[in-house]
Amino acid sequence: MSTVAPVFQGESPQSPPSYLKAGHTIKSWLLTGDHKRIAILYLIAVSVFFFFGSIAASMIRVELVSPRGVMLENDTYNKVFTAHGIIMIFFFLIPAIPAVLGNFLLPIMIGARDLAFPRLNLLSWYLYVAGGLCALLAMAFGGVDTGWTFYTPYSSMYSNTNVTLTIVGAFIAGFSSIATGINFIVTVHKMRAPGMTWFRLPLMVWGSYATSVIIVLGTPVVAITLLLVVMERVFHIGVFSPELGGDPVLFQHLFWFYSHPAVYIMILPAMGVINEVITCFTRKRIFGYHFIAFSSLAIAGLGFLVWGHHMFVSSQSMYQGMVFSLLSYLVAVPSAIKTFNWTATIYKGSVRFQTPFLYVLGFIGLFVVGGLTGLFLAAMSTDVHLTDTYFVVAHFHYVMVGGTIMGFLAGLHFWWPKFFGKMYPDNWGKLSALIIFIGFNLTFLPQFVLGYLGMPRRYHYYYFAPEFQFWHIASTAGASILAVGFLIPAVYLLWSLKYGPDAGPNPWGAKGLEWTIPSPPPTTNFVEIPVVREEPYAYDAEADEREERVPAETKR
Amino acid sequence: MKIDHSHAHPISMYLKTFFALLVLMVLTVVMAFVHVGPEGNSVLNNLIAMAIAVTKAVLVVLFFMHVKFSTQLTKFWAILGFLWFLLMFIMFADYTTRPREYIRGWEPAAEDPNAPAALPQPPAR
Amino acid sequence: MSMKTEALQAAHGAEEQPLHHQFEELPQQNESYVVGMWVFLVTEIMFFGGMFLAYVLYRWRYSEAWFEAHTKLDIPLGTTNTVVLLTSSLTMALAVHFAQLRNKRLQLAMLGATIGLACVFLVIKAFEWSAKFQHGLVPGPNFTWEGLVPAPQAQLFYSLYFGMTGLHALHVIIGIVVIGVLALLTALDHPLVKNDFIPTELVGLYWHFVDIVGIFLFPLFYLIPK
Repeated sequence: MSTVAPVFQGESPQSPPSYLKAGHTIKSWLLTGDHKRIAILYLIAVSVFFFFGSIAASMIRVELVSPRGVMLENDTYNKVFTAHGIIMIFFFLIPAIPAVLGNFLLPIMIGARDLAFPRLNLLSWYLYVAGGLCALLAMAFGGVDTGWTFYTPYSSMYSNTNVTLTIVGAFIAGFSSIATGINFIVTVHKMRAPGMTWFRLPLMVWGSYATSVIIVLGTPVVAITLLLVVMERVFHIGVFSPELGGDPVLFQHLFWFYSHPAVYIMILPAMGVINEVITCFTRKRIFGYHFIAFSSLAIAGLGFLVWGHHMFVSSQSMYQGMVFSLLSYLVAVPSAIKTFNWTATIYKGSVRFQTPFLYVLGFIGLFVVGGLTGLFLAAMSTDVHLTDTYFVVAHFHYVMVGGTIMGFLAGLHFWWPKFFGKMYPDNWGKLSALIIFIGFNLTFLPQFVLGYLGMPRRYHYYYFAPEFQFWHIASTAGASILAVGFLIPAVYLLWSLKYGPDAGPNPWGAKGLEWTIPSPPPTTNFVEIPVVREEPYAYDAEADEREERVPAETKR
Repeated sequence: MKIDHSHAHPISMYLKTFFALLVLMVLTVVMAFVHVGPEGNSVLNNLIAMAIAVTKAVLVVLFFMHVKFSTQLTKFWAILGFLWFLLMFIMFADYTTRPREYIRGWEPAAEDPNAPAALPQPPAR
Repeated sequence: MSMKTEALQAAHGAEEQPLHHQFEELPQQNESYVVGMWVFLVTEIMFFGGMFLAYVLYRWRYSEAWFEAHTKLDIPLGTTNTVVLLTSSLTMALAVHFAQLRNKRLQLAMLGATIGLACVFLVIKAFEWSAKFQHGLVPGPNFTWEGLVPAPQAQLFYSLYFGMTGLHALHVIIGIVVIGVLALLTALDHPLVKNDFIPTELVGLYWHFVDIVGIFLFPLFYLIPK
């Protein structure tokens, strides 16, 4: 086992300026080809959309405090939950981790100067913003009431809202994620530094690669599906409308062919982040590297074989339902492999409870709950009872918020010093992680109960069952706590940009190429392309202890 | 295996490929009018038409698109798309095992006694 | 043959292909672009794939209607158009060939021929479509159908016909624009394409993909056996 540590390419006087200082004009940002700057542009845009999506979410929660509703008309309520779904899924969850953390880190992690296609990368950001603006315009001028799933024939024939413009927005955003996917795939294949073999790749790169494969294979299918809906609305090309000769269930097949793998687009990058953080804060090698790497690819592949479990109560044939039910159980296997490996990594590690690691612990707990409740929904017999209830809502929020957003925050806190070279106050970080964890559980745990009791999703009232009010109020209270939890990091992270202490190149004592270059990194990342001679995660807890002990002893 | 991409191929290769494509083109038109297989069953004809189309596509991919001369990696991605498309046909497991739902006006009602009486018409737009 | 390779080497010795800043060496750069284009074509295959799947489903369900509806399509025009598309694929392949040999004059001529053939394709397609408009075969409120099979089924055939050939025609139009830009840049010796055949190769890959879609659309719509 080779243990030659990568040499730190320190800040010598002739070292190039950081990417943040490589140009101060707005043009130098808006026309940049630098993957790090594009990542920052994405971070800003994604945060804006998260803000809009959260506002819609809080409107939903306030409305449901009273059994007869509080403030929204029924059709306004439909538009609000649609806006929440579309913004959060297409414009936050899908791009959040790949386009921000992945964009910034993937080239550095594999020892490259940039992504393979920098201009395409910039184009993807512009497409993302253009798509987002289309969707926001559609919501500002009338809104959409189809739900984020755009089910036909309602979306294609009956809805009189801005379905077309919203779909155009989602369509353009799809091209944006395809551009990112192509870029990542080629970069991982062709841009690795000498000695960076496939099994020396950090696991986050494996996760991003698997995500990109899903994006490339799935997104075009939903693009054509949504395009057909638009054609049906505009040109009467009737592929989905029974009136015009089509089959509405075909829409669901095609839509979920992408949209089920899309949940893996959202969760796989988060899983990748977890690997990086967990090894650093337990000072251990990852347990079962190969299993985690291949389980990412297995999730990507199997994810395409299970879409029918969204359609158990559509008129899909029962036999197909049984097949999809069985296949859906299979996806639990690679996910469980990852979870067990993470747990085994923590076991006997010298754990440091710092902010990123708290988010990782949150991720593991919440993802396990989200994943296991998924099995309830994969089983046909229970799913018939639970379909379209709050049980489903709670399940996918545990995976999406508890998984993806926890992973995103873990990564953001882990690499924030690398992004900007500044450290945030760790105590505030720990506090907000705790608040988010509590607020999240208080919001969504009651929804499991609600769903089991029969509260349907997408209803703006529940006067037929006033006994639900207790659970709804608990959920709304939790959402308020959650909102506070999200606001605190926004404040202290921005604060740290100006007042935070300098972080130095490697504040966590982490392994990986990104920690061998200055923070923030120079525009070309590396003065010289590094030669990789060791596996990733070559942590050595005993060596750490020795290092920590030495200064103490000399002091005495 | 490193392959020099800038290496040009002889023009005759392109012309031969084109000629083969034209021959297959004529063949597929002719075969559309010659019935093959049992009466009232067009399965064989469809298979032949698709086989010819696939052959043509393979010729274009191999020679016009230079995949025959490119790296393993290029070949992998060139094949993956076509294979993954076939995966979508899983949804026929649904359509072939689902009872057919008739729509009034689509099938002669006399043929099928189980056809629903009438479907609610959507409101005029 | 040997003379050709000599000319090739001479041409290569003359000026190096430009190396872009993010790459370390030329073979890496060239393969990256080609693989990137292929990954994009994978997305295109899946994009058209959704429509092909819808086509197969409805053809399997309504095979009689499919046969009857297809008889109103013009087989000679469809055949001509496919031949035009195949020929344009040949000229595009030759354009790449001459780009590799750095023969700018012939490269531009071949790109021009490709654009010309693509325009012929669109003109023929426009004739076909306008005939359908006159006969009331366009899906929508004005769809008229007199035949043995129910009208909605025939309308579904024409929905897919217009949807799929329309999407294909859109790709042809995009191809014309892209090839036109490429030809313009080549004529101007723009640094993006100077001494570099990869842009032509990538546009060629796209164009051949459009050709492949045409190869499948032709038998699926024009040549339906009884």
